[in-house]
Amino acid sequence: MKLDLTLTVDGHHHSLTVDTRTTVLDALREHLDITSPKKGCDHGQCGACTVLLDGRRTLSCLSLAVAHDGAEITTADGLAPDGELHPLQQAFVDHDAYQCGYCTPGQICSAVGMLDEAAHGAPSVVTDDLTGDVRLDRAEIAERLSGNLCRCGAYAHIVDAVEQVAR
Amino acid sequence: MTTASRPFVPHAVGTAMPRPEGPQKVRGTARYTVETPGSDALYLFPVQAGVARGRVTAIDTSAAEALEGVVAVLTHENAPRLAREADADHGVLQSSTIHQHGQYLAAVLATSSESAREAASLVSVEVVEEPHAAVLDEDSPDLYTPEALVVGVTDDTRGDPEAALAASAVTLRRTYRTPMEHHQPLEPHATVACWEDGRLVVHDATQAVSWTRQALAAAFGLDESDVDVVAQHVGGGFGSKGGTHPNTMLTALAAQAVPGRSVRYALTRQQMFDLVGYRPATVQHVALGADREGRLTAITHDVVDQGSKIGEFVEPAAAFSRGMYAAETRRTTHRVVPLDIGVPTFMRAPGEAPGSFAGECAMDELAIELGIDPIELRLRNEPEVDPESGLPYSSRNLVACLRRGAERFGWADRDPAPRARLVDGWWHGTGVGSASFPVPRFPGSEATIRATGTGDTAGYTVEIAASDIGQGARAALTAIAADALDVGVERIDLRIGDTAFGPAGPAGGSAGTTSWGATIVEAADRFRDKYGDHPEDGDEADAHTPDNPWAGEYSMHAFGAHFVEVAVHADTGEIRVPRMLGVFAAGRIVNPLTARSQFLGGMTWGLSAALHEESVLDDRFGHVVNRDFAGYHVATNADVGTLDVEWLDEDDPYVNPMGTKGIGEIGIVGVAAAIANAAYHATGVRVRSLPITLDAFL
Ligand code: FES
Ligand code: FES
Repeated sequence: MKLDLTLTVDGHHHSLTVDTRTTVLDALREHLDITSPKKGCDHGQCGACTVLLDGRRTLSCLSLAVAHDGAEITTADGLAPDGELHPLQQAFVDHDAYQCGYCTPGQICSAVGMLDEAAHGAPSVVTDDLTGDVRLDRAEIAERLSGNLCRCGAYAHIVDAVEQVAR
Repeated sequence: MTTASRPFVPHAVGTAMPRPEGPQKVRGTARYTVETPGSDALYLFPVQAGVARGRVTAIDTSAAEALEGVVAVLTHENAPRLAREADADHGVLQSSTIHQHGQYLAAVLATSSESAREAASLVSVEVVEEPHAAVLDEDSPDLYTPEALVVGVTDDTRGDPEAALAASAVTLRRTYRTPMEHHQPLEPHATVACWEDGRLVVHDATQAVSWTRQALAAAFGLDESDVDVVAQHVGGGFGSKGGTHPNTMLTALAAQAVPGRSVRYALTRQQMFDLVGYRPATVQHVALGADREGRLTAITHDVVDQGSKIGEFVEPAAAFSRGMYAAETRRTTHRVVPLDIGVPTFMRAPGEAPGSFAGECAMDELAIELGIDPIELRLRNEPEVDPESGLPYSSRNLVACLRRGAERFGWADRDPAPRARLVDGWWHGTGVGSASFPVPRFPGSEATIRATGTGDTAGYTVEIAASDIGQGARAALTAIAADALDVGVERIDLRIGDTAFGPAGPAGGSAGTTSWGATIVEAADRFRDKYGDHPEDGDEADAHTPDNPWAGEYSMHAFGAHFVEVAVHADTGEIRVPRMLGVFAAGRIVNPLTARSQFLGGMTWGLSAALHEESVLDDRFGHVVNRDFAGYHVATNADVGTLDVEWLDEDDPYVNPMGTKGIGEIGIVGVAAAIANAAYHATGVRVRSLPITLDAFL
């Protein structure tokens, strides 16, 4: 069965017709040729497909497109309108917070979403004080980004990059 | 073949350079294989065998064919014939015989990924199962002696090690085990193939476009010149994307059925556990004999590897012990148990990674037995020349790495007593492990340098079919080309990842930068001989990889030392690694920025192998049970503590004109041993089998 829907991706409006089984990830990659979010597992286990969906970091492989009619999606590409890199993206380049780059757009969307969560006081499992402001030290950053696997093992540099921007 | 006659003067080499492709990677606009544009491409989804051995007796594709959007369903009954019966692994859809679980039995081509997948589920296959064996049993009657390792002999014996062991003041005999492991690069293997007028054009997630071209040309009976292979961005490989696997063959075969149309196939994460190689499990028997002062009199290292009946790859784990330490007598052997499972392959530091777990744990156990500090024991057994070849080392700075690491880590204050430091409910301990990795050079790359523009501002196009799988080839080769031409990096336009640029060796064996770099330096030298430093537009020179004239004169290896701190929870047995330090002596470092990433990546892999990774085979069906990232654990961000990396300045004039040694693999070697040694120091429990899980401490 197919349904029509609209998505706004990185500021661009799209109308499309998709199979009800199509995930947001496949709608982006296979229907709209927007390949910034990556497919690493299709099962919500790696984080490569992370996008900002209505402002929150979301695993697009676990989201059905038809359930998100009218959604606003930002991919890592959309964080750099006109090619101007987002400070986090620049920090990733400067700290070499990647190797192959396949996990990277997901890491960056996840980090942007995570910084916003922390700014709103959301605690993590390693937060001691559940009522005060969140202080993003290395352990907090590592914990909060552990849904994004990096098989190249760039974690140490990823934390460096995020720490620089979180400051 | 000559070597470059000009001295190589590093300017760009040795200077931190961000990856040229960095902005594309952080935006996600760098295109990986399956993202190759092409809107009418068909999606492929396979049907796979559910048994380890047997025969297809009937296959019914009618329901699949009837599904909307399905263009073709291929089986062994209707698929195009390959030119020859390649290894059974490459001979996809050529017969009804099933050699392994997960083998491709059919392929659906459809206009959408959903339809392809649904149709594949509608193909009904009848199979007659045959008896099989899937799990490694070192006492198997099928155990055999392979003819040779990929590099070096199968067995090597010097003197009479058994007599020396019997006569030694101290003798240690231990057995270590390492599991089957899967590479799992984050980008799943993928291929996009299209036949156009008898030519085969393939985008492939590969570490070696030339090797993929060779394999395809052989399978389809084509001239290599009729096959193009392109790999611009590759999302990690670690060895699994070195050889060509059945998925690439299947995609090219299926595309033959729909000429002029592209077929794309990216493996699911689950399929990544079936057909694209793995590190085989090992059983390693190690014996060390020593006098009371800790001088080794004998080393024996006898390995039994998990293998496949379809094709041979021998994990050369005992080779690690051939060159590490001095001993008058020595024996290293490799045996293989062939099983009804897929073919194993190179995985990051093949041989050295599992071999160092056994070798470096055994050294720790011997140090404890003797009451000698484990670093001191290694220093006492430092060889003068390579114990295997008898050649002098081009440079060997293991001792310097151990000393520098000890200083930086704070080893001097270490109390050797095990189970002596309980802090807030956690037992703490520290451990050390040595690392070594050879410096090979792959022959057969070709580089072309062409001037664009004229005079002082001329640009240089440098073409070589290298692969960048994340190691940083674009930055490194740009820097090498700039220095070889004695110009700034901004004047270099490097082009890689395409067989249009001629043959090239792989991104593998820690030999990419050495092999491609030496070729570029040679081409630059010829270019300057021919045209000087003020070329005309279009001036061009090329070169093949030069032989290394020192290859038979010196033994060439990188070395390193790992120091780790481990904490084991006294009640739960949970094991953490709060602190790791790696010190390396690996020749000249081309790009300090990306090199650090390679070392960190290797160390993170070592941590992951030590604590997480194990593919569990089900003997009943011959498949990996924990076939996704929820079941097959790799290190996450929160698993990694403080990582510290240092490299020593090392000037090695013999390895290649740039003075570089490979650094892609040495970072993993010795890490698992250092962690196991630290875990013993923390708890008094010796774990001789990977991965080290909490049950060992309860
Ligand atoms: S692709 Fe979505 S979590 Fe892996
Ligand atoms: S950079 Fe390769 S997986 Fe993270």
